[in-house]
Amino acid sequence: MAAPSQPEDALLNQAPLNQVWARLDLVMDPELDEPVTDMGFIEAVSITDTHLQNTAIVHVSFRLPTYWCSPNFAFLMAGDIKRQIEVLPWVGQAVITLHDHMAAAEMNAAINSGASFGSVFEDLHPGEDLSALREKFDVKAFQRRQEVVIKALIAMGYLPNQIVTMPHSILETIRLPDAEDARQKARYLAILAQKPAPLASGLGFPTYQGTSIADYPHYMGLLRSVRINMEFSGSLCRGLKTSRYQEADLSGDVPVLVDFATTTPTHACR
Amino acid sequence: MYRTPEGKEIFVVDGHTHFWDGSPENQANIHGKQFIECFYAYHTNLSPKEQLWAKAKFEKYTEADLYNDLFIDGPDDIAILNSTYLKDFYTNGFNTIERNHSVAKKYPNRFIVNGSFDPRDGEKALEYIHFMKETYDIKGVKMYTAEWNGASKGWKLNDPDAYKCFELCDKLGIKNIHVHKGPTIIPLNKDAFDVHDVDYAATDFQNLNWIVEHCGLPRLDDFCWIATQETNVFAGLAVALPFIHLKPRYFAEVIAELLFWIGPEKILFGSDYAIWTPKWLVEKLWAFQIPEDISSERAGVQLTDEIKEKILGLNAARLYNIDIKARKAEFSRNPMSIAAE
Repeated sequence: MAAPSQPEDALLNQAPLNQVWARLDLVMDPELDEPVTDMGFIEAVSITDTHLQNTAIVHVSFRLPTYWCSPNFAFLMAGDIKRQIEVLPWVGQAVITLHDHMAAAEMNAAINSGASFGSVFEDLHPGEDLSALREKFDVKAFQRRQEVVIKALIAMGYLPNQIVTMPHSILETIRLPDAEDARQKARYLAILAQKPAPLASGLGFPTYQGTSIADYPHYMGLLRSVRINMEFSGSLCRGLKTSRYQEADLSGDVPVLVDFATTTPTHACR
Repeated sequence: MYRTPEGKEIFVVDGHTHFWDGSPENQANIHGKQFIECFYAYHTNLSPKEQLWAKAKFEKYTEADLYNDLFIDGPDDIAILNSTYLKDFYTNGFNTIERNHSVAKKYPNRFIVNGSFDPRDGEKALEYIHFMKETYDIKGVKMYTAEWNGASKGWKLNDPDAYKCFELCDKLGIKNIHVHKGPTIIPLNKDAFDVHDVDYAATDFQNLNWIVEHCGLPRLDDFCWIATQETNVFAGLAVALPFIHLKPRYFAEVIAELLFWIGPEKILFGSDYAIWTPKWLVEKLWAFQIPEDISSERAGVQLTDEIKEKILGLNAARLYNIDIKARKAEFSRNPMSIAAE
């Protein structure tokens, strides 16, 4: 991930807790390209305020869909959470706690001491290079966001040859009538703006490498398989997160899920 | 036997079932507890509400439950019982071949019990393959490349020790190698579920059939690429199929990809019992059609009745040399009952 952007002044006028949540909205699950807040991963946020600039301590605890979620993904998210919060000028330190995970103890110690993933998880993930992993997920996020926008344009009547040659400046001006499509377009343009090679092409829909799309049907097939894989992980993660700590209650006519978590996630009260 | 609404009888081979003990009494540590809880979350997440089980039953169900859910209430004719040891997590193992064999022998010809081995055990693994062949006459094995073994958190199908084991399988006629390649959860090193090792192993062992469970999701594109090149690589539908209830369009996209790339002869039904039960899965699959817009993106592929029949039983019957005619006759002579209890 690029260095976190600086918070805007409007945000800094808000209550501290709101500022923290706004920064958390910027942290993505790298495998799913969805905000960790939308996924319901954040369990609790609290602030130890020392009333001095740059000295408050923010505590964030998070929990993943299963005990077995890949430690490398968890490490990326924990690191991003820490960095996004620590750019707030009143924050001295963000302390991140991952709960109920196979590697929680090692992970928490490493994140909060600034140790690298490789140094802590050498036995689990020998020779792992997290930046390569992040790049891999970046490509997928780029492609998935791109497909949504292309499909929306096709639905509006644009033709494939118009899509592959459309200048970036024209894409920016196109208004998508569907609100969700418009949101996805903003997300696509945001990720495109972060990628020098495709951005330099001047195209609205370049490949991640910055070339124009040569074989449209083949390229769309690629984007489709990226989406199918990500949706599989995404729906499982959402579902498993909901199902975790719950048990089926079969006492009534219609079975329901009973939440037996001992702690209620506090993010409901944001 | 599944009887369609039109009255046609469909022979069902359930390619992926379990008879496990994940009960607290058998859990060796927190990993054992978390493992079965993860399975239970899959169950509660993707099952229709009326199919939900209480947690205690899910952790440890009886032989009668197994038999009933598969063959009496359920439509299965034959079920493949896979063995998964997980001895680091469970005192007596999760579902060992002994446990599977003990139930299989009570219901002759209903179950095909597959073995399992861990190539990291070296010579012992080779001895164990001999033992399983001589004792249980196994036709297949279930490989779990993400299983922990001491300091190792996973292995690959093309590791040299694994190749020695597959050479022996080939020699002994253990032809069906089921490989778990699934979601990015469960204990793993980062590549433990990567599907590329299947490519090497399938090329180097042409006599063996490689059944990739969960069709490699979330690496469906890699899997399709490999399975298209290799004639001996097959897709197991476990975990992909239950999406038919919660996200039918999503299931349509997955099955359309599979049909387009690898074709109808290489897709195998599997309930993954007891995570899901076969009755509702088979009923929903039979009623399912790929929506027009999804089909049109994949050269118009369709789930015809003929293709469904292949997926539900004919394909697996071919891999396991099941004589469907003989079995049908036998099962109709001996109506199903739970009298063997």
